[in-house]
Amino acid sequence: MMLPEQAVLPAVAESGASTALESPGGKSDGAAVVLRGLQKSFGSQIVLDGITVTIEKGETLAVLGRSGSGKSVLLKLIIGLQKPDAGSILIHGEEITKLPLDAMNEIRKKMGFLFQNAALYDSLTVEQNIAFPLQRHSKKTEAEQGERVKELLASVGMEGDLKKMPSDISGGMQKRVGLARALALEPTILLLDEPTAGLDPITSGEINELILKLEEEHDMASIVVTHDLHSAKTIADRLALLHEGRVLIEGNFEELEKSEDKFVMEFMKREG
Amino acid sequence: MVSHDARIPRRWMSPDAGPAATLSSSPLDFIGNLINHFLEWFGELGLFAWQVLRSAVRRPFEGRELLRQLDEIGSKSLPVVALAGAAIGFVLSLESRSSLVRFGAKSMLPAALVYSIIHETGPIVTGLVVSGRVGAGIGAELGSMKVTEQIDAIEASGVNPYKFLAFTRIMACILMLPLLTLAADFCGVLFGWIAETLVEPVSFHRFVSQGFVGAKFGDFLAPTFRTAFFGLIIGMIGCFQGMNTKGGTAGVGISATSSVVLSSLFVILADVVLVKFILVFFP
Repeated sequence: MMLPEQAVLPAVAESGASTALESPGGKSDGAAVVLRGLQKSFGSQIVLDGITVTIEKGETLAVLGRSGSGKSVLLKLIIGLQKPDAGSILIHGEEITKLPLDAMNEIRKKMGFLFQNAALYDSLTVEQNIAFPLQRHSKKTEAEQGERVKELLASVGMEGDLKKMPSDISGGMQKRVGLARALALEPTILLLDEPTAGLDPITSGEINELILKLEEEHDMASIVVTHDLHSAKTIADRLALLHEGRVLIEGNFEELEKSEDKFVMEFMKREG
Repeated sequence: MVSHDARIPRRWMSPDAGPAATLSSSPLDFIGNLINHFLEWFGELGLFAWQVLRSAVRRPFEGRELLRQLDEIGSKSLPVVALAGAAIGFVLSLESRSSLVRFGAKSMLPAALVYSIIHETGPIVTGLVVSGRVGAGIGAELGSMKVTEQIDAIEASGVNPYKFLAFTRIMACILMLPLLTLAADFCGVLFGWIAETLVEPVSFHRFVSQGFVGAKFGDFLAPTFRTAFFGLIIGMIGCFQGMNTKGGTAGVGISATSSVVLSSLFVILADVVLVKFILVFFP
């Protein structure tokens, strides 16, 4: 987690110009994730139009924005599920946009991804879901893998649900299992797509606390895509608001609240 | 990437993009569009096949998943394939008998039955039954995984879905089709004998001896192993349609249906081509 003093000052993009926001001191050396001039379109629809942002090791960035503003696309670009039209993505200093698949898979092992609907493998049990990345990538014995699965499930408070199928557990529990699966390979970067979407306020609060606890335990860089301002305020060091394909403003929660930009004010008022 | 490398032509993807929409234009446009869509689909299938082939030669080889698929596609298709083979053998025996009796060639029944089952009926029935059961299963399963982002989750965890999901299923289809064909052939001959015995008792040993008289092992090799090609078609089309599903549950339905329709169609077309090929090269 970053200390409040380290939080970057807010910056509002100038009209017509690409946002070029960097983390403290504008450094990208040693940063976990660096995005430079990232562009992505689907047909004639421009979704991302020059995203430049840096996420330092141990830092949590919340990406906010309206539905369809390209937040989830941004995460999919970072993990390589989609390719950008232009721009670069550096993961621990390594450019990944032109990497061949085998090399990209090596990078992916350093990243954990929680999908919006958890995307658990519905033909596998909770235990098998979490064991899946371990079976494929870790050199642990079967017994060690079993221990690791139990440890991960205990860390998300689901140690008693090993043999359950994803269809037999609630949405909140699926998110917890998804989170445990994302952490299986001890990633250095955690990508969370709407971790509290569709959950009641109490479960959302529990998920937020869990994310916060796991981030502190594992010292990961995290990017959280969310609509939930309360969640963003709780778990993130920094917030970035996407609008019209660009980072409109970036800063801590208080800085966004103080912004006098019309869209930012509207967003904070309605989402808050 | 699975999500955008190969797309399904709109014609086969969108429920509202049926032939009627195209028929409103001139017949020439309609034919042109049809050819265009077909070539587009075929090109995308070719790209998909290349991705699968490229992934297959790299480690790890996913042996455990292949074994699971061999069981899923092979063992679980066995009852329905055996039943289809038995029914065909029984009916063929009854129908052939009356014709052969009319021409005084009743003694030819075992040979005619064995020849027709092993050369054509067994392989094509197995191909069509498996394309129904397995093609729909693969299309629906992978389609459902696609729309619920499970394929993305596999990819995000550093596992190649072309290998883990597609190659294992295609290879299982290729390996199991000839074995399932042998099962269908056996059941066909067995129930052909039962049908014959119900009318005029004859020992199974004698029936089989008469059936295989003058036949060489090589006569049955090519017809049986051509079903490996049917397996390639069923697996490839099922995986392609499934992994390119779009549009939620409706899309899953379209993928399952199109997998069955297209794989059955291509199995029949391949049968025609391969029979000619076998007759030329294995006379």
